[in-house]
Amino acid sequence: MTKTPYGHKVYAMAAEYPSAAALYEAAKRVRDAGFRRWDVYSPFPIHGMDDAMGIGKSWLSGWVLFGGVSGFLTAAIVEFGPSSILYPLDVHGKPWNFFTVPAFFPIMFELTVLFAAFAAFFAWQVMNGLPRWYHPMFNWDRFSRVTNDGFFLAIEARDPRFTENTVRQLLEETGGQHITIVHED
Amino acid sequence: MDGAPTAPETIKEAEPELTRVPLVLHRRNFSWLTERISGVVEQPAPRWWWVAFAITSSIATFGLFCIGYLISTGVGTWGNQIPVGWAWDITNFVFWIGIGHAGTLISAILFLLRQKWRTSINRSAEAMTLFAVICAAIFPGIHVGRFWMAWYLAPMPNNWAIWQNFRSPLMWDVFAVSTYFTVSVLFWYTGLVPDLATLRDRATTKIRKFLFGIFALGWRGSNRNWRHYEMAYLLLAGLSTPLVLSVHSVVSFDFATSVLPTWHTTIFPPYFVAGAIFGGFAMVLTLLLPARAIFKLHDVITPQHIDKMAKIILLTGSFVAYAYSMEFFVAWYSGNSYEKFAFWNRIFGPYWWYWWFGMLFCNCLSPQLFWFKWCRRNVFVVFFVCMCVNAGMWFERFIIIAGGLIRDFLPSSWRVYHPTWVDIWTYIGTLGIFTSLFLIFIRFLPMIAMSEVKTAIPEADPHQELPPQSVSPGGKERTR
Repeated sequence: MTKTPYGHKVYAMAAEYPSAAALYEAAKRVRDAGFRRWDVYSPFPIHGMDDAMGIGKSWLSGWVLFGGVSGFLTAAIVEFGPSSILYPLDVHGKPWNFFTVPAFFPIMFELTVLFAAFAAFFAWQVMNGLPRWYHPMFNWDRFSRVTNDGFFLAIEARDPRFTENTVRQLLEETGGQHITIVHED
Repeated sequence: MDGAPTAPETIKEAEPELTRVPLVLHRRNFSWLTERISGVVEQPAPRWWWVAFAITSSIATFGLFCIGYLISTGVGTWGNQIPVGWAWDITNFVFWIGIGHAGTLISAILFLLRQKWRTSINRSAEAMTLFAVICAAIFPGIHVGRFWMAWYLAPMPNNWAIWQNFRSPLMWDVFAVSTYFTVSVLFWYTGLVPDLATLRDRATTKIRKFLFGIFALGWRGSNRNWRHYEMAYLLLAGLSTPLVLSVHSVVSFDFATSVLPTWHTTIFPPYFVAGAIFGGFAMVLTLLLPARAIFKLHDVITPQHIDKMAKIILLTGSFVAYAYSMEFFVAWYSGNSYEKFAFWNRIFGPYWWYWWFGMLFCNCLSPQLFWFKWCRRNVFVVFFVCMCVNAGMWFERFIIIAGGLIRDFLPSSWRVYHPTWVDIWTYIGTLGIFTSLFLIFIRFLPMIAMSEVKTAIPEADPHQELPPQSVSPGGKERTR
């Protein structure tokens, strides 16, 4: 099943759609048909597509919270550690103990934001499996339009419900055009 | 390319009715946007670009020479003398940092407020932020005199037992500015990735394909990727929003926590933030109005965009005018003779014309033109006001900083500051650095966020009824 007569491994069967709205409707159909390993590709994020695909909210925010908390703790340690524990001195007429905390707020805030931003930046790449400079979808020559004005949908061959006929029929019924097999290599 | 788009460049205008003015005019479609915006960086550099770059990079080089001269000779090459310990250097620092704020406001705060018009201007405004912060960061670095000891600012364990005083506003400043720059870079690059992928997919030469391919990280527009990406973008916007409000607040703490009349005021943080956004929007328009005309981007940066930016300038300019008048009121109401004298000196002292021209005319009066719609719609008036604001905001910072210092508590210490040629050319040099970086940016990177502008045109919304279309023919057309 997952090889073509010429011996290529099959990655997916893919189709192109004429508009964002058509892709959105098609995604709902594919979701309802019970497929799990599939994806849609578009030049921009399509509003409501996460629900149309049935994939729910991104929990990237958890990593950002983790980053923010670690930034806050880092600031608290580098500020209170020397000030209150190692060298308790009155500087600037400000006390060495906890009552100096207003003077420490700005750096606590800055490091919280800094670490949270780094967490967001790396999390979106790691959670997306990027950087990944090779992907089977790039084998399809029409696919280069995905960053311009192309809307694509691909159902992967490793999906348990994948059979060539049912997938082709589903893509045709949903208005997919230029339906093709995308090779793995 | 197989299947070159042959769809019409424009789609028939909808029936006139009570609808919002579209953000992209003439119903331009996706591929028109890609073509027009990528075209700027794909065609060979026009001659004006080389001329402009030669001029700005020469100025930048001379500015760098001045910095080298300052470091090798000493801060005596500047006009700074006690009691005026801070003058053009910190003025330039505050000026440049302020410019940056508009970029972050557009990219973060307007994003959270769901202002879709930001998509046409956010990329170049964010780039402007980065370049302005680079220019700003030069001055605190070099004004310390012993440049090679600038590493004292970095909290790293060392065998000299030097540890930073985290209670010092100057230390807050270091953290605020470096965090601001880093987060702005991360945010800017995150927004750039889908557009780099566009340039990668359109690249015709191997080297372009390789370089854009590397920096696009293998982006393929997958919705499973967009999902995390959009959440990251939202959170970065959410993080940048308090950040942008904090940076100029922290800059103002450098002054507000001192005991000098005209500096020691609690109004400074909001006053500085409003001034920063005010000056920053003026600089955004200063850069975008010529770029829009040169690259014929009138359908993307429409009169509506300019109108909205002019309104923000009017709003923040009025905040600034309010803050100025409140400073005078408090000086009178406080009954503090030093404070009263300092403000009297601001209007009638040695820098009287800086106040009358810079603060009063440029910052308070000129933006009031934007109450009138024909002024907001006339690019020449807009450009004139923006140039006034650019100049006025520099004068404002100079008056606050040097104007507060020239008249010390003891009349025997009074001294008026005069800049030297090194002062002047270091500042002009940063203008050269800023414009050179911006020219390089518009040459090599898409100056409008393509993937974001596309979401602002009606076809991007899957929930609305549109006439049926077909895939542009590239192979056999399928019929349903």
